[in-house]
Amino acid sequence: MTDNLQLNAEGKLKHFLTIEGLSQALLTEILDTAESFVGVSDQQIKKVPLLRGKTIVNLFFENSTRTRTTFELAAKRLSADVLSMSIATSSTSKGESLLDTIRNLEAMFVDMFVVRHAISGAAHFIAQHTAPHISVINAGDGQHAHPTQAMLDMFTIRQIKKDFAPLRVAIIGDILHSRVARSQIQALNALGTAEVRVIAPKTLLPAHVETLGVTVSHNLTEGLQDIDVIIMLRLQKERMTSALLPSESEYFKCFGLTESKLKIAKPDAIVMHPGPINRGVEIESNVADGPQSVILKQVSNGIAVRMAIMSMAMQPHGVS
Amino acid sequence: MMGKIHIRHGRVIDPANEIDRIGSVYIADGKIASVAEEPAGFKADIVIDASNQIVCPGFIDLSVRLREPGHSRKATFKTETRAAASAGVTTMCLQPDTNPVIDTAAVAELIKELAEKANYPQIYPIAALTQKLEGNELSSMLALKEAGCIAVSNANQPIRNLLILRRAMEYAASHDLLLMFRPNDYWLGNNGCAHEGAVATRYGLPSIPDAAETIALDQCLELAELTRCRVHFGQISCKRSVIKIHQANKYGLNVSADVSIHQLHLTENDIKPFDSAYHVLPPFRTEADKQYLRQGLASGTISSICSDHQPHDIDAKLGAFPETDPGVSSLETLLPLMLKLVSQHAITMEQGIAALSEQPARILQLRSGALTPGFPADVCVFDPDMDWQINKQNWHSRGVNTPFWNQTFKGRVTHTLQAGKVIFCVPSYR
Repeated sequence: MTDNLQLNAEGKLKHFLTIEGLSQALLTEILDTAESFVGVSDQQIKKVPLLRGKTIVNLFFENSTRTRTTFELAAKRLSADVLSMSIATSSTSKGESLLDTIRNLEAMFVDMFVVRHAISGAAHFIAQHTAPHISVINAGDGQHAHPTQAMLDMFTIRQIKKDFAPLRVAIIGDILHSRVARSQIQALNALGTAEVRVIAPKTLLPAHVETLGVTVSHNLTEGLQDIDVIIMLRLQKERMTSALLPSESEYFKCFGLTESKLKIAKPDAIVMHPGPINRGVEIESNVADGPQSVILKQVSNGIAVRMAIMSMAMQPHGVS
Repeated sequence: MMGKIHIRHGRVIDPANEIDRIGSVYIADGKIASVAEEPAGFKADIVIDASNQIVCPGFIDLSVRLREPGHSRKATFKTETRAAASAGVTTMCLQPDTNPVIDTAAVAELIKELAEKANYPQIYPIAALTQKLEGNELSSMLALKEAGCIAVSNANQPIRNLLILRRAMEYAASHDLLLMFRPNDYWLGNNGCAHEGAVATRYGLPSIPDAAETIALDQCLELAELTRCRVHFGQISCKRSVIKIHQANKYGLNVSADVSIHQLHLTENDIKPFDSAYHVLPPFRTEADKQYLRQGLASGTISSICSDHQPHDIDAKLGAFPETDPGVSSLETLLPLMLKLVSQHAITMEQGIAALSEQPARILQLRSGALTPGFPADVCVFDPDMDWQINKQNWHSRGVNTPFWNQTFKGRVTHTLQAGKVIFCVPSYR
């Protein structure tokens, strides 16, 4: 079951919905393209004219500050006209209204939708039903995928570690509910990473997690051995009320990243976090702000990577 | 005044009477007159030539939704009885989750009326086990039985308190009512929409473990022993359910089970990315589960196949997968998918026909499901080799929600008779 929906007849990016089904070559092309955009933010005039005259709508059905801001900045630096909409939805809202929203915006001659939605599959659904000239970028759908976040993480890893082949990467925390983790795992595997290890209690791991192409550990001390890259995930407060965990303090004791735990990993290991951070829950401040942390680098890289993905997805249909 | 009908030259398969031979079926006064000798003085008003076709009892479907009353936007008795007739289905059991729920005699009577109006009288309402299906108070089961309900069920709604389930079963047993039970533990089900396995994990879909089914099944088996209530398990979906039912039967409990036809063909791996046509409950499970369900059918542990027909309007399936309504419009794929099981050597033709006629009749204690002289002349004639495509021209149900859309199948019903009346004749056929 491959996802050809996001590629056009020539195998080029049309939508960006998930990492699944994308080749190593295409992912590398995204990273290389992003590389060329890194300088743009440092210039006096922080703009390139690639998407001049194009209209991009950020459709955020779920709250987000950072992702929306970096998408907005990325679009502006590509010279596109950009409109951001926060659409509050109740969990009972139906596909009809989602489709109606899309149809209405389509009628305003939009070229691209950047979509965040609380339900898995929402971006796929929009891509399937939107007009053929429109590209859809998934900015996070339910527990399914957050592919631009994964790509900016890959970009950050490559900046520092150069090559994926020898790396052992640990992803720690709430894998079950994390769209970021799913996309990271797929990207790391597609890029040829030696090992992707997930570290979490069983309550925060999805069934048959090993089928995603990971090794599994339930113990942080054991799991951090030989690790080059540590990715911490945010722990949502509601995990405690749904009996997945006893308490924040017990979670921190078992899975929180402290300076002493960090020492178990390789000495040059980097620490990443997709944000926002819960200090003292999944990560100690000393580590989050410490020399091995690349958390803020991730944020700045987000703009270049999103510029790359947006420009590539618009390329096949008539950007000169 | 019903006409006399002679169906001739067909391969007559009647599992209940162990008949499988080329011959005739004679019908008079709405009843089977003979499947052997021509009755004395028989003069047919209608002759149906069934050369190269199979003549068998009409199919009895243990679980359908026709969406009336209450959801006529999705489908109506008129459209769905037409679909049933075209599929060789002559008797249907209607799940009680209509609106209003089938928890009063008045609603049961309304359903009988709607059936008469649609010229398809053989629709049996299944009574709600609890009032409004809320799982709190018992429905008036005796009144519902007297109004024509054939069994009791809580449809897909949970009964969270086992004491209430126990009492409902005791009360049903007192009136010799069959409990039709789809096992699903509400809490373990956790509002999921896909099998808890590799595919749900990959797509980040809320998932349902098979233990949600087997734990509820275990509880109901224990209560069946305690209350001596007759229980039929509907729409079994996993391997360990088959094993548990087999063990219960060996132990001497009076329980039976069915499986919905699509569960015998599709698994989690067949789900196209976020395609809501594959959103069903119970969810499509693993290849091993599918194989066990097939074996369970072949060995008789699962005696019947149902369509679990659930037609939907387009909007109900238009959305992100978890937000869409579950269910497949499946009456019209019932026979071709059964025949596919035969061609794949999972079951024999006799077993397949029995699972759609003799066995459900036995579960419902109906005098039908067989070509026994004196039984109502419910007959299905089908061409096992006719190719046809599932498309707009050939489809009758209002619901087009099927994962098999545009696929070509082998085996098509040519004639359907209900109580001696021809209710369907395929247009392209003589």
